Amino acid sequence: MTPDPALVRDLRAALGPDHVLVSAEACAPFECDALNTQRHRPDVVALPRSAEQVMEVLRACRRHATPVVARGAGTGLSGGALPVAGGVLLVLSRLNRILELDPARRLARVEPGVTNLEISNVAAPQGLYYAPDPSSQVACTIGGNVAENSGGVHCLKHGLTVHNLLEVRVATIEGEWLVLGSSAGEAPGLPLLALLTGSEGMLGVVVEATVRLKPLPECVELVMAAFGDVRRCADAVGRLIASGIVPAGLEMMDAPAIRAAEAFAHCGYPTDAAALLLCELDGLHHDVQCDLQFVEALLSEGGATSLRVASDASERLRMWSGRKSAFPAVGRLAPDYFCMDGTIPRRHLADVLERIGEMSHAAGLPVANVFHAGDGNLHPLILFDAGRPGDVERAEHLGAEILELCVAVGGTVTGEHGVGVEKLGPMCAQFGAGEIEAFHGVKRAFDPDGLLNPGKAVPTLARCADYGAMRVHGGKLPFSHLPRF
Amino acid sequence: MDRDGTVELVTQAREATAQRTPVRIVGGDTKRFYGRAVDGVPLVMRGHAGILRHDPAELVLTARGGTPLAEVEAQLASHGQRLPFEPPHFGPEATIGGTVASGLAGPARASAGPLRDFVLGARVLTGDGRVLRFGGEVMKNVAGYDVARLMAGSLGILGALLDVSLKVLPMSAGERTLALELDETHALDRLADLSRGALPLTAGSWVDGHLYLRFEGSDATLDAVEQRVGGEVVPEPRALWSSLREQTHPFFGGARPLWRCTVPPLAPPLALGSSPLIEWNGLQRWYRCAAGVTAFEAARTVGGHATLFRHGPGDVEVFAPLAAPLMRLHRALKHEFDPAGILNPGRMYADL
Repeated sequence: MTPDPALVRDLRAALGPDHVLVSAEACAPFECDALNTQRHRPDVVALPRSAEQVMEVLRACRRHATPVVARGAGTGLSGGALPVAGGVLLVLSRLNRILELDPARRLARVEPGVTNLEISNVAAPQGLYYAPDPSSQVACTIGGNVAENSGGVHCLKHGLTVHNLLEVRVATIEGEWLVLGSSAGEAPGLPLLALLTGSEGMLGVVVEATVRLKPLPECVELVMAAFGDVRRCADAVGRLIASGIVPAGLEMMDAPAIRAAEAFAHCGYPTDAAALLLCELDGLHHDVQCDLQFVEALLSEGGATSLRVASDASERLRMWSGRKSAFPAVGRLAPDYFCMDGTIPRRHLADVLERIGEMSHAAGLPVANVFHAGDGNLHPLILFDAGRPGDVERAEHLGAEILELCVAVGGTVTGEHGVGVEKLGPMCAQFGAGEIEAFHGVKRAFDPDGLLNPGKAVPTLARCADYGAMRVHGGKLPFSHLPRF
Repeated sequence: MDRDGTVELVTQAREATAQRTPVRIVGGDTKRFYGRAVDGVPLVMRGHAGILRHDPAELVLTARGGTPLAEVEAQLASHGQRLPFEPPHFGPEATIGGTVASGLAGPARASAGPLRDFVLGARVLTGDGRVLRFGGEVMKNVAGYDVARLMAGSLGILGALLDVSLKVLPMSAGERTLALELDETHALDRLADLSRGALPLTAGSWVDGHLYLRFEGSDATLDAVEQRVGGEVVPEPRALWSSLREQTHPFFGGARPLWRCTVPPLAPPLALGSSPLIEWNGLQRWYRCAAGVTAFEAARTVGGHATLFRHGPGDVEVFAPLAAPLMRLHRALKHEFDPAGILNPGRMYADL
């Protein structure tokens, strides 16, 4: 579609001609985020360099009644930054300055395009770090982290983005500035900072974030435990949490994931194990050593076939490297994969993993599991070949079945990757019409004309009616030859 | 007491909306003083009570809104767990719903985080009688907007809390409180230093020339902390911390206006004409001000905000004023959840 020339003129006036892209070649790299099965080339890409320019873009979009989608690094896994037809893609990667690093107050004030890891790198010489560590932390941006409420492997103890965020400055589609939260930790009125966090760019555009920094722990230990079967490993997770220990990270992998990670990262994983648990403990030296002894005993009694404690920091990082590269490692096993993101109550871990195995078998598509066991946050990776007719549909269908299973045991369809466009259908399994309508109400309060990232995160009631109708025929999708959006 | 009162509460909300009758949501009525006065028909939550689920291995507890806070804490304690934010009761009748709606936290706030950090899910009764479930009982959940967390400290202006699900944590192995004699400025410096370090400081308060520091951990850790920090070991620390949490400490006595200021780290002493009681490692400061003195401006100047917590003259704003765009947003959200504006009208701000 050709963009509205008046809109392009306004954007060029505000940003300068070089910072507004309209040609097909220039716009092509922005056609998808990390959910690359869905693509749509944007008509206009705006690349502001300041908060004021972001506001100019939003005002121009509102003037021309044009939808606008904010994007950080494009590492999102649910299509939240997928461009929309006839809209502007607002790319925030050039707002990448660290505005303030205040070790005395233990906070950093940054622009939205700063990467997650850069904050920790800059804070490290002061003995501080930024706790949330999504596996894409080298590339993903703080703006995107706020939009998705990103987690990581350490959030059981150290919290999600929402727990480590103090204040944001937001540009609204109404053309106004909002400051939500406060570096004092609390602000008067409703807790809108919490509401904005994880809202997938539907409510406003973050132009500045103040995050809390934590002191680097005095002592860190990592235990790796192998198990001969998945159930014993899952049960050990439950017992460990019930014991009163709060690990800094508690990660689990099944056999396909272990083997893929070992082949990829050569990290010393036992490739004959059915399940592997990585348990990290951090804190004061004495407390960590006491907990370590306790955890080793608990895992042994729980049936671990082997236990290894990382002897130093470099071995610890090597043991983590397999887990952190598990997605690309599993990605080598098949031409394509979908990464699911359901969270369940931990007590159902073993049953749900077993059931996913059965579903995978029935669908004829392999599934590897690598996930945040301590949080009950599953990441089943469904392997398929998009070039093989029917595979994409079968994989999507299997994914929806897995997410519905998560909901059925009291969980959620997305723990940290967001709904985006990917889970609009499964949202209908988790929420009733009343809640969906209330979400639209929240959206209306911030964005009455529905211009910010329209069509994402919250399904329409009509779509839910379709989804319900589709799901009733014994799990077989009718009219599977028709495109669904 | 285990009773589901949803049906009656829905009926009352619908009738109130149909007749545009203002409603005052009442749990244990222990925090009636907090916020602006509300004139309305009571919507009594106490008949809707009972702990619905608590599996210690999940670190989650779900209870009906009218469940006594004391019952929730007793249930958790019997499994070695607690509400990490140490909420004040302000009376034996306090409910878990009222606790979440008021959003208040006790001495552990600076180390544990605010109440809203622990809200995982909520079933909400809207002003027009809709029953909506947001969030859930799992640690990570980004499906839909986080309306459950929005309820934390919302003072009932968006909905009544039918059920809440909270993240809970294990109790620590032990605790020790140390007291040091310091003036306000030196106490604030010391608190700032300690909260930058890695020592397990879980509460830091200053009152009457004494800095009180609570540490939690194993005996060996606490011995090491005592060596490093110095000071005197307080023999009855629970009584001290309880008197701060429940505001039974003599500082809180009498009827002078009580102001609560929350300020960023390293904020200097505020010039409000009286010596404060300091909590949260320096981030929360209480002042007994003379009538007519307001703390809004003093707190704002240092990047914080003030609340007229108790003993205000009545019929004045008690929360710091909001910027106009933010206030419009509050009104728009209120309209979505309570279209007739019947729930706790004016409790937070006069025209909300």
